[in-house]
Amino acid sequence: MQTNGVTPGFDLPPEDRERLALSGIELGMANRCGSYLQKNQDVMHATCSESGIEVLSYKMAMEKYPWLEDYAWKLVPKDKDEYTKYVATQERPVGYVIIARKGSNNILPVQACLFLGSEQIQHVHNILIAEEGAELHVVSGCASASHVGKGGAHYGISEFYIGKDAKISFTMIHTWGEEIEVYPRSAARVEEGGVFLSNYVCMKPVKKVQMYPTAYLKGPKAVARFSSVVIATPESVLDLGSRAVLEAEGSSAELITRAISKGGTIISRGHIQGKTRETRGHLECKGLILKDGRIYAIPEIEGLVVGTELSHEAAVGKIAQEEIEYLMARGLDEEVATATIIRGFLDVKISGLPEALQKQIDLAIDSAEKAGF
Amino acid sequence: MLDIEDLHVEIGEKEVLHDINLRIGDGETHVLMGPNGSGKSTLLMTLMGFSNYIVTEGRIRFKGEDITHLPIHARAQIGMGMMFQRPPTISGLKLGKLLAATYGDQPDRIREMARKLNMDHFLERDINKGFSGGEIKRSEVLQLTAQSPEFVMLDEPESGVDLENISLIGHAIGMLLEKDVHIVNRKKSGLVITHTGYILDYLDADKGHVMCDGEIKCHGNPREILKEVKARGYRECLECRQTA
Repeated sequence: MQTNGVTPGFDLPPEDRERLALSGIELGMANRCGSYLQKNQDVMHATCSESGIEVLSYKMAMEKYPWLEDYAWKLVPKDKDEYTKYVATQERPVGYVIIARKGSNNILPVQACLFLGSEQIQHVHNILIAEEGAELHVVSGCASASHVGKGGAHYGISEFYIGKDAKISFTMIHTWGEEIEVYPRSAARVEEGGVFLSNYVCMKPVKKVQMYPTAYLKGPKAVARFSSVVIATPESVLDLGSRAVLEAEGSSAELITRAISKGGTIISRGHIQGKTRETRGHLECKGLILKDGRIYAIPEIEGLVVGTELSHEAAVGKIAQEEIEYLMARGLDEEVATATIIRGFLDVKISGLPEALQKQIDLAIDSAEKAGF
Repeated sequence: MLDIEDLHVEIGEKEVLHDINLRIGDGETHVLMGPNGSGKSTLLMTLMGFSNYIVTEGRIRFKGEDITHLPIHARAQIGMGMMFQRPPTISGLKLGKLLAATYGDQPDRIREMARKLNMDHFLERDINKGFSGGEIKRSEVLQLTAQSPEFVMLDEPESGVDLENISLIGHAIGMLLEKDVHIVNRKKSGLVITHTGYILDYLDADKGHVMCDGEIKCHGNPREILKEVKARGYRECLECRQTA
């Protein structure tokens, strides 16, 4: 499928290759165990070298495994909103299905690249399944070519099934453009002892991102952790939320957001619902306003029974002068001191995430630092 | 090294330091004593250039250069360094990363410096987050060691440090001030605030000063001053009309 490290049809100009690299996509496949590349509505390739993991296009997967009908549109309702309806009524659904077979535990990530190369609506429907005891790590790099302007949009449905004692980490890094609208619609079902890690990084301008992924913790001791690190540049609107429904004893959830407004709008929503006793949830949103913009944190915690413990903390502020001057006393000039503090603010270490993916997140943030916060 | 002339300082439009004169020569270590709230920390913060400390009169000269209105980082870059008494916590910023920013990206050397101060397990920790009193001091001394300033300001280096660690910190501060170098060749100078005087066991301070009500009231042998203060407190200093 590959020739000289370049996938046919993916012979992109260096600038766009760079944008994909920033989103965690290794076109040369280094440190990736599998790969799915989609440009506009064309599947360029779907492959996996790991025997316990299958990476298939949605169409191929549905033909090969009719039982997937029991998974498609079962977590995200078709008629949820206009975006799900749009994707559900497509005659040719496109997207990927990744299945980590029982007991497979490769920590090398699978990469899923959704590349928008022209002014159109890109729609995808993805299903990710980790069977009992399986471990699956996915980096989802979503990017548009630098020239794509008004009319470019991405509607993405993702359904995650995490089996008993299984784990899925899903790290989504966005590199869109100023005119592009993005509407992911995701939900996860986590069985007993399962772990779902959902990470989102957006350091680049985008017209609008609106999403509110939900994790349903169905089995005892299931865990969900959502982490978002975002910067909103002027004109960008990031309406982001995450929700965890604690339905089984011992289940827990943590929702962490670091948001910086450089003049753009960030709405940071979050909702944890404790429906069973012995459940725990924590929601944390920290915002920094560097230039007049808007950070609107709406944390919601909803306890329904005795024995659920839920908490939240939200803070929006500025960088403390005392911290800047502390670093200046070590010889850093004001600009470097400020950037160093912002970099620290954005530094979220995600427990349970393989090092390669943590590095990918760090790289995306580092590149934003280099470009100047 | 440092020359302070007729210095007056305001915080929030209230004068807190009045007519300070102080001269610290190359290789000298001076000790500043005085009751709480007398202005000792204020003097250090002013010398480092912090924004809330407004110099209304007088001059500060460092190595012959007038630095009265120089920004903080420029003072640090020409060789001034300060150990903070209550440094801020910076979430997400690792101690190791800050050391690399001041010392250069030499992880092995940094680890070695940290190990000597028993701080090698803190390099991956957020600066000052959850640090005990003694850990903050060790972290501060470590940062100064990486910075290696010619003029070192220490604000109560021994406070909150247990007996086991005081010798560790004391020796490290001694090294910062080149106490291992013969007096003739010693270049590094220091100004140390101390209440207890324990740190003097490691520093061999050359001169002592007592500060009261924003003024330096007297100068003398640091050990003798300490002995007097221990015996009688600062009450007599407050009443003393001798002007330095």
